[in-house]
Amino acid sequence: MYVAVKGGEAAIANAHRLLAETRRGDTSVPELSVAQIREQMALLVDRVMTEGSLHDPDLAALALKQARGDLIEAVFLVRAYRTTLPRFGASEPVETGAMSLRRRISATYKDLPGGQVLGPTFDYTHRLIDFALAAEGEAPVAAEAEPLADAAHAPRVTDLLGRDGLIEPSAPDDGTPPGDLTREPLDFPADRALRLQALARGDEGFVLALGYSTQRGYGRTHPFVGEIRVGTVAVEFVPEELGFSVPLGEIDLTECQMVNQFHGSAEVPPQFTRGYGLAFGQSERKAMAMALVDRALRAEELGEPVGAPAQDQEFVLAHCDALQATGFVEHLKLPHYVDFQAELELVRRLRAEHAARHAAPKAGTEAEMQEAAE
Amino acid sequence: MPHPNPADRQPEASDPVARRAVMALCGQARPEELHRALAQLGAAEGAEDLRPPETGLVMTRGRIGGDGRPFNLGEATVTRAAVRLPGGATGFAYHLGRDRAKARLAATLDALWQVPERRAAVEAALAPVASRRAEERTAQARRIAATRVNFFTMARGED
Repeated sequence: MYVAVKGGEAAIANAHRLLAETRRGDTSVPELSVAQIREQMALLVDRVMTEGSLHDPDLAALALKQARGDLIEAVFLVRAYRTTLPRFGASEPVETGAMSLRRRISATYKDLPGGQVLGPTFDYTHRLIDFALAAEGEAPVAAEAEPLADAAHAPRVTDLLGRDGLIEPSAPDDGTPPGDLTREPLDFPADRALRLQALARGDEGFVLALGYSTQRGYGRTHPFVGEIRVGTVAVEFVPEELGFSVPLGEIDLTECQMVNQFHGSAEVPPQFTRGYGLAFGQSERKAMAMALVDRALRAEELGEPVGAPAQDQEFVLAHCDALQATGFVEHLKLPHYVDFQAELELVRRLRAEHAARHAAPKAGTEAEMQEAAE
Repeated sequence: MPHPNPADRQPEASDPVARRAVMALCGQARPEELHRALAQLGAAEGAEDLRPPETGLVMTRGRIGGDGRPFNLGEATVTRAAVRLPGGATGFAYHLGRDRAKARLAATLDALWQVPERRAAVEAALAPVASRRAEERTAQARRIAATRVNFFTMARGED
């Protein structure tokens, strides 16, 4: 238990001043601008937006600067900022099938309508440190090619599978608004929409590890990457005063469709099942891990044995949020003096009793008998 | 802030598709492009705030599986503005981000577009934004196209 303490104001204020100076680092080195972080640390910015659950690249970049690059601290800042703003409403669901693609790959089909485009990827690089980046110079110019005629039309791979009934259809939109864990605390069991919201803002490392655990046998789902697509989608919103949907602008998203084995049941013929991941920016690892865990959390719904950590929604959802996790772990470093004093008293007493028993074995035996009698 | 009342809703005299296109262009424009467009139209003076520019949140929704039931992905910052021109035309803007000044410029352009005799001029003033965006999209598509890949399946020895 934490008991409040008083005092230390001057030291705290000075610590924060020292933090500000330390954040700046060596002043002979030029200061980073927020725009530089936004443009050149873009994947980190994407991660702060995804886990901060707030799309705003400039704000995420600023938070990273303020947090000295500490990801979870930046997420904390972003989450705190959002609490200061009014909510205008919810967007129309984004249409990822109409995404303007920057990258689109499938591990299930090599020939796809719309093609496979690698886009800007680390895949197939040799992971050799590029010392040329340490020297300032012009960035290389990207190659260009004439887009093929079908490039503008790239249906989702799951839509292609769905035409033949080989994959389960998505649960249809019945018009009920999805639950929102920022408004109502999570209650178990949580439906899939709430689970996806929690996973979308969940810590990438935690979700990644859980997804990995399913691959290693703790709740196996036999996944294939049906498709990963990265690109921009239009976000639309219907303001009450206008009554029609207004284009808010475009955001970058990463979507992952996992295609998983399913043997069917008495009612359902054998067909593939799906796991789904969606994240702000180019966040492929996150979207993939999310899709794995989404599918694992459907074990009960699909009549599969449940027992692995990744299938336990209370375990997954109650621990996937980096901010909640860090809050509880890091509070341990705050003064716990009163609490600890009590523990100290107890240990001293137990030690004294222990010593007394050992110093006088006969007396100790008597004492034990006495205790047992009590 | 005026309380939105469906009865006060603007008559749909304007073509919502065309209006949405102009709103989308304003959203994609850089602030200096909107300044330039308004300066060219020479009519920004006298627009009063129906609602002062304000930054808030819109919850972005996706769909389960891309095409199923909606779920809440995460919020986005959105800035809105509403203005009224001396002639009575009202304009609105809702943009991703936190640029209040830009939202007000866009709302003013939306209001000007509501005036039928100014519509063509507003669209002309925003034409450079559309052509810049089109150029950027084409250039981007060409760079992406160069990374289009054809994988070949290698035959296995035992097959």
